[in-house]
Amino acid sequence: MDPLLVYAVFFLTLVGIYALMVLGLNVQWGFAGLFNIGIAAFFSVGAYTSAILTRPESHEHLGGFALPLAVAWTSAMVTAGILALLVGLITLRLREDYLAIASIGIAEIVRLVLKNEEWLTNGVRGIGGIVHPFADFSRGTRELAFLVLVLGLVAIAYLALERARQSPWGRALRAVRESEVSAMAAGKSAMLFRLQAFTVGSMIMGLSGAVYAHFIGFISPEAFDPMYATFLIWVMLIVGGSGNNRGAILGALAIWVVWSGTEYLTNLLPADMVTRASALRMLLVGLLLQVVLLTRPQGLLPEERFVNRRLARRETPKTKTGNG
Amino acid sequence: MTEFLQLLIYGVVFGGIVSLGAIGVSLVFSILRFAHFAHGDLMTVGAYLALALVVGFGVPVWFAFPFAVAGGVLVAVGIDATLYRRLRRTAPVILLISSIGVALVLRSLVHLIWGPATAVYQTGITLPIRFADLRIRPDHLYIIAGTVLLVVLLHLFLQRTRTGKSMRAMADDPDLAQITGINTDRVILWTWVIAATLAVAAGIFLGMDTRLQPTMGWHLLLAIFAAAIVGGIGRPYGAIAGGMLVGITSELSTAVLSPSYKPAVAFAIMVLALVIRPTGLAGGNLLVGRR
Repeated sequence: MDPLLVYAVFFLTLVGIYALMVLGLNVQWGFAGLFNIGIAAFFSVGAYTSAILTRPESHEHLGGFALPLAVAWTSAMVTAGILALLVGLITLRLREDYLAIASIGIAEIVRLVLKNEEWLTNGVRGIGGIVHPFADFSRGTRELAFLVLVLGLVAIAYLALERARQSPWGRALRAVRESEVSAMAAGKSAMLFRLQAFTVGSMIMGLSGAVYAHFIGFISPEAFDPMYATFLIWVMLIVGGSGNNRGAILGALAIWVVWSGTEYLTNLLPADMVTRASALRMLLVGLLLQVVLLTRPQGLLPEERFVNRRLARRETPKTKTGNG
Repeated sequence: MTEFLQLLIYGVVFGGIVSLGAIGVSLVFSILRFAHFAHGDLMTVGAYLALALVVGFGVPVWFAFPFAVAGGVLVAVGIDATLYRRLRRTAPVILLISSIGVALVLRSLVHLIWGPATAVYQTGITLPIRFADLRIRPDHLYIIAGTVLLVVLLHLFLQRTRTGKSMRAMADDPDLAQITGINTDRVILWTWVIAATLAVAAGIFLGMDTRLQPTMGWHLLLAIFAAAIVGGIGRPYGAIAGGMLVGITSELSTAVLSPSYKPAVAFAIMVLALVIRPTGLAGGNLLVGRR
């Protein structure tokens, strides 16, 4: 196959995996206003769950289940969801800052466990030889088939979340986000809705981790740098447009293009600077975030505003300039 | 017993460093109403500014200290003027996101300028002072003395000066403070001056205690937030108590737990505090209202 095509397939598969994570974050932050910066925790729990469940017997780590892929990916979502439920029960009563702080704590603890519990995860050496779902296919078609699978998952997640956003459930989440008091006055349990949104978002992140593990075939505690990757996903959502599912996917694509583009640029640097290139790339993305926050905080595709049809009709003749 | 005392000394040193960071986070949290995620990296910047002077001019660390503090204050006030001030009109959580970005920018800058390798202020071995079976590093005595001095100065500032009193008033009740004619901009400026001073001091002490590396401050952030929450948001004295609790428990835990799980101890303390007493030891402000 054409090397350019091979690269394009690889590139788009990664965009798809990131898009899944950004969609998951969009449920939490975009829909419900929940501040999770422990994405790495849910991602790696999903990745390790699926890897361990599908691997054959090994003396290096827990294994020998050799379960089919569909079961492993579902289990990855379930374990990530259970973790989210535990974190959510403690922090979701309080203001978003507490969840933010607790979520970096969870990410750190998950990383420590993966690194130190060698019987379970083989420690820093990681788990290799994770089965590829299309291992029997020829080279090239294998990668292409995986891309189709990932894009299929993104499409399913997008359609389901788009449906959820327009449903009464999505409306209740936005109500809780905008004003907890009035949502509760309307008989909605803010805590319950937040817990649901947090769990659903984390399950999608867990799935994305599982997909990543089977795409790369190897996973280690350092494979997914907790802060850099989490931050990148946040930038993707904010640049794309929080609250907008299409924005989430667009943001994943746009920022991954920028991120890969800066890698191309830093490769042009003199050799002694290359070790510091990742810092330079992060610096640029950090500055990009500040510019977006200052100049276009709603992102490329802003959240759609929902106004009751009757209210909208009544308002339009009177207030043409008002934004509601 | 000796081992316990030895760990207790390490705990007090670490607790002092955490306290200095936690006081700043707690003040910023109560006055500007957001969790300042760049605080750990502000510590890193301070530590490296001191390193630049130590390496560049061959001066001892205590001599570089005031200059590094001045530099750190300039950085903090500069960030506030260019970013946080413009974002204050929006929801506080936007400030939180921005501060995470600032944290990465600061860390990337340190990484770019000084490289990823670890560094120390002073090479060579200093002999520990011996008390019976206890061994105490002179550096640890300096760190404890410096922490005590800074805390006493902070206490005098908060209790005796007009600005200090306005600051406490604003932390207690921002609306009430504003209608009594407190100059909020001035209080915010002083908040950053104090928070940055203590952060730079904590960074330098951490560098003296262990080694300097670009992620040194980031890794301390969890312990700092835990201390601020345990102590009660907006309670500087509570933050000191919280810092000591987190520091001493973390070090003592190494007697029974694998030392690699030390960061988890701070987190466990924080979770307990959130479940049992979310207002903290000193009964601070519970930030429950969501926008």
